[in-house]
Amino acid sequence: MADIKLMKGNEAFAEAAIRAGCDAYFGYPITPQSEVLEYLTAQEPHKRTGMVVLQAESELAAINMVYGAAGTGKRVMTSSSGPGISLKQEGISYMAGSELPCLILNVMRGGPGLGTIQPSQSDYFQATRGGGHGDYYTPVLAPASVQEMSDFVKLGFELAFRYRNPVVILSDGIIGQMMEKVELFPQQPRLAEFDQSWVTTGKTPDRKRNIITSVDLDSARQEKHNQDLQKKYQRMRENEVRFESTNCDDADYILVAFGSASRICQKTVKIAREKGIKLGLLRPVTLFPFPAEEIKRLGRQVKGMLCVELNAGQMIEDVRLAVENNTVVALHNRMGGMVPTPEEVYHAILQKFSIE
Amino acid sequence: MNEEIIIAGFGGQGVLLMGKIMAYAAMMQNLEVSWMPSYGPEMRGGTANVTVVISTERISSPIVNSYDTAILLNQQSLDKFENSVKPGGMILYDPNGISRHPERKDIKIFQVSAASEAAKMLTTKTFNMIVLGAYLKTGSPIRLEDVIKAISDSLPERHHHLIPANVEAVKKGMEIVQEINS
Repeated sequence: MADIKLMKGNEAFAEAAIRAGCDAYFGYPITPQSEVLEYLTAQEPHKRTGMVVLQAESELAAINMVYGAAGTGKRVMTSSSGPGISLKQEGISYMAGSELPCLILNVMRGGPGLGTIQPSQSDYFQATRGGGHGDYYTPVLAPASVQEMSDFVKLGFELAFRYRNPVVILSDGIIGQMMEKVELFPQQPRLAEFDQSWVTTGKTPDRKRNIITSVDLDSARQEKHNQDLQKKYQRMRENEVRFESTNCDDADYILVAFGSASRICQKTVKIAREKGIKLGLLRPVTLFPFPAEEIKRLGRQVKGMLCVELNAGQMIEDVRLAVENNTVVALHNRMGGMVPTPEEVYHAILQKFSIE
Repeated sequence: MNEEIIIAGFGGQGVLLMGKIMAYAAMMQNLEVSWMPSYGPEMRGGTANVTVVISTERISSPIVNSYDTAILLNQQSLDKFENSVKPGGMILYDPNGISRHPERKDIKIFQVSAASEAAKMLTTKTFNMIVLGAYLKTGSPIRLEDVIKAISDSLPERHHHLIPANVEAVKKGMEIVQEINS
């Protein structure tokens, strides 16, 4: 029988981590994602699966614990919100450079600085452009439901190990705090079989020493390393693009929105269709790699696109690059924890595209 | 069926838990549900509200700005949300402490004296369950048996001795609710 529960997004994420066979979670509380650590602690997963859960003394400590544990080939994760994710960027950059797999959840709140604890999508640039220093990318998954907060844990770990790279789940205060029905996947074994040839768990006589590091002061070797990383990101672009289309086939106008904003837009599509306006919704599920090809294709078909974002307009840059001037791309946005209503987005469509 | 509900009142009245039990009970009937709290630096005595959507279809936006049902448990909430109820919708409120009563003529208005009834019961904390019972009698898609199941499933084991008092409160609310503008 299906295992269906009513849970907050943050709780579903935490439960999914245990069930995905996560070996360790290192974190530090921050609103609006504190339920992750709270739920994990209450569940005592060391009794359920042997999973380690530790509240570190700071975000810096947490991400470096993730680095260390990931180096032993374990499934490890951390979670935070904007201010804490910024603190973790040094570690994330080092992990990208050292090619270490891990899962990082960012439940976004309004910024900059401490900003507000209300929902926002203002860390889009940070997440999709690597985040820390150096030339790197991380796959970015943007859940739009409590169900996806659970499902993307499993997918996130798969991608992290397939590419030996940190993977970011970019959620926000709405998806983290809301409760919905969620069908939980069955418990998976914690110590799963995967390629362990690179891990640093002690040298055996039959092979050379494994070294996990991001430093190489020889420029020629460092350039080669960078080229190899870029090839890996290219493979992600070719193989891991995910998106969801709603009513796009016959659309005259398209909304482009991810995460919680896409939920609001789903309702806008219903409102517009009832009034006879052919509106569709394209929801990027992966923000890196971005569904640029699909947006380019739709750009040739429609009269206009409206990006709906809970930030100053960040994803719109990727949408504009993708459509190559084939259509008009406008923005409707709210910031600082404010959230648009479906009707508000509907009126924005009418106004931006002068629809009578 | 798509019912968009706001429950608003003081922090500490049990608004969020009431919404959770409603959502859970709706889930028992295989309906789609969403529960979106106004989270923030809130406290006992401050304001609290939660939006619950119950639907036969996949729920699009968990955030809405007009409601089929508004359960309003203090004056501020009544003032704030009375005009957000859709024409043909419904307000359920407790007249205790209310000086300006709802005035809409295009919606149904129900009263439940939950605060005064809770004062007569074993514990005044059953206030929210009395209101929930009242809601069940207003044409709600939620069934009493599912609410009872939801209460048992939501309470931790150590509080299970409180189940009968809560169920009694729900039934009391069903009894004392009144439609006042019919």
